Amino acid sequence: MMEVPLLFRGIVVITGKDMRLYYTKPPVLMFGLLFPLFMFFAFFVGRHLDLVTFFPAFLAMMLFFTSSSVGPLITPWEKREKTYERLLSYPLTIESIILGDVLAGVIFGIGITFIVWVASSFFFHVPVAYAAMLVLAFFLGTLSCAALGALLASPASDSPPNVMIFSNLVRFPLIFISGIFVPLQEMQGWGQVLAYCSPLTYLVDLFNASFSGSSAFSPIADCVVLIAVIIGFILVARFIQVRNMIRGL
Amino acid sequence: MNIIQADHLKKSFGPVTAVDDVSLAVKEGEIFGFLGPNGAGKTTTIRMLTGVLTPDTGTVQINNIDIQRHPLDAKMQMGVIPESSTVYLDLSVEQNLQLSGKMYGMSRALREERITELLSRMGLQDRRRSPVRTLSKGLKQRVSVACAIIHCPRILFLDEPTSGLDVQSRRLVIDIIRHMNEQGSTIFLTTHNIEEANELCERVGIINKGKIVAQDSPVQLKKMFDTTQSVEVSFDHKVTRELFATAEITRIEPCGDRWRFYTNNPDHVVKYLAELAKAESLTITSITTSGPSLEEAFVQITECA
Repeated sequence: MMEVPLLFRGIVVITGKDMRLYYTKPPVLMFGLLFPLFMFFAFFVGRHLDLVTFFPAFLAMMLFFTSSSVGPLITPWEKREKTYERLLSYPLTIESIILGDVLAGVIFGIGITFIVWVASSFFFHVPVAYAAMLVLAFFLGTLSCAALGALLASPASDSPPNVMIFSNLVRFPLIFISGIFVPLQEMQGWGQVLAYCSPLTYLVDLFNASFSGSSAFSPIADCVVLIAVIIGFILVARFIQVRNMIRGL
Repeated sequence: MNIIQADHLKKSFGPVTAVDDVSLAVKEGEIFGFLGPNGAGKTTTIRMLTGVLTPDTGTVQINNIDIQRHPLDAKMQMGVIPESSTVYLDLSVEQNLQLSGKMYGMSRALREERITELLSRMGLQDRRRSPVRTLSKGLKQRVSVACAIIHCPRILFLDEPTSGLDVQSRRLVIDIIRHMNEQGSTIFLTTHNIEEANELCERVGIINKGKIVAQDSPVQLKKMFDTTQSVEVSFDHKVTRELFATAEITRIEPCGDRWRFYTNNPDHVVKYLAELAKAESLTITSITTSGPSLEEAFVQITECA
């Protein structure tokens, strides 16, 4: 049986299709590129903050928005355009469709964030304490955020605007409770409890460890949580997508 | 050999049973028509046969491969044309075909060869680089058909492929179906167009309220109702339905400027119409009698069920 090679080929073809079709869609550009930049300007410009200290958190926020902006759009868009049914009739599994969508989010997230990082280096120097850990943070960060994007798309019917609103309802609160604008150590009571529940907290922490060498948790613990989040998000996305398969066909 | 074998398929959506204990078998190289009124369960059945939906109970074998256990191997054998023209509107005609070829794992050289061949056969050479969004409905459907047959599938599933198409596109789609069948592909076709099924299909299955109510060749199905014949008549003046009143006519329907009467006794109806014309000072401009039609068989079967 040729199921395994077909599964992997399916992931690659779906990723290529998503990159060609969805990277330039207005909601992706708006919420994946412009929004995090506006957030940066709104919170950092003119406030005499130490950019070097806040850079890891800003990079984590950028990675979070870019990687999770492609996934929520794809399935509802395909259902609205009636291409989803044909997709299901191709020799593809639901796993290869979801993983292809996740991979498209990963490539978008890494690409944009890398450009932002390189561009930022021209203006101010941010020392990297552990380069290998930074690569790992990029990898696990984009995967977990792109998996969140796929999860946010899974309950969808055929309305991209509804899903984008829903995904922003989930994503916006996360950036305020994950140690991006307020360091985790300065949070009190419920704020800290909520921060522990956000996967973004562990990504910010891993970036802090990579750049400055200091972090609230052990980097290994951050990695373990992020890996668990990636697996959990993908499994739940698969479960919900199978359950909602017929909606919007 | 049965290339499609479905046994006891059942699918419910909440309290509604869309397909209830459907079993069917399609032989290799056959053109099988799947007929039924709106909401009868045709699309749900075809979605289960193509692996898009998982049945609640029952099994589907595609070329002896269980589609639930080995969906990818089974799907490699088939091409599917869903009800609406499901192609990517933002991609060009060629890009859609390339994508479809990649989905089936075709090499670049083979894709190029097939794309050139299909664009020529579908009359789409001039629109090769046009975004599909800019094409008419008929041309979009041609792209959809081309995407489904790019890998020369052994089985082609078509869900209402000619619905809403112009005459040229409809003829082209039918020619493609015939051509694919001549090349050895098995065709599974759902349609509302009874004449199309009569013209194309070697066997038809009729589904109503989720159950298969008949499955045979069009000729055999028509024979089941060979007592029902029809008489078509036209007059030189417009007449109303109320004019016709005889117990021998079972059903009356207007057909353009003619009236069609279904009857078990055409001789009597012809005589009756002649007398009626004389009494009402009408001239009969044409009159024909016909044997049982597949449409009549379809109506009777679905009404009985």
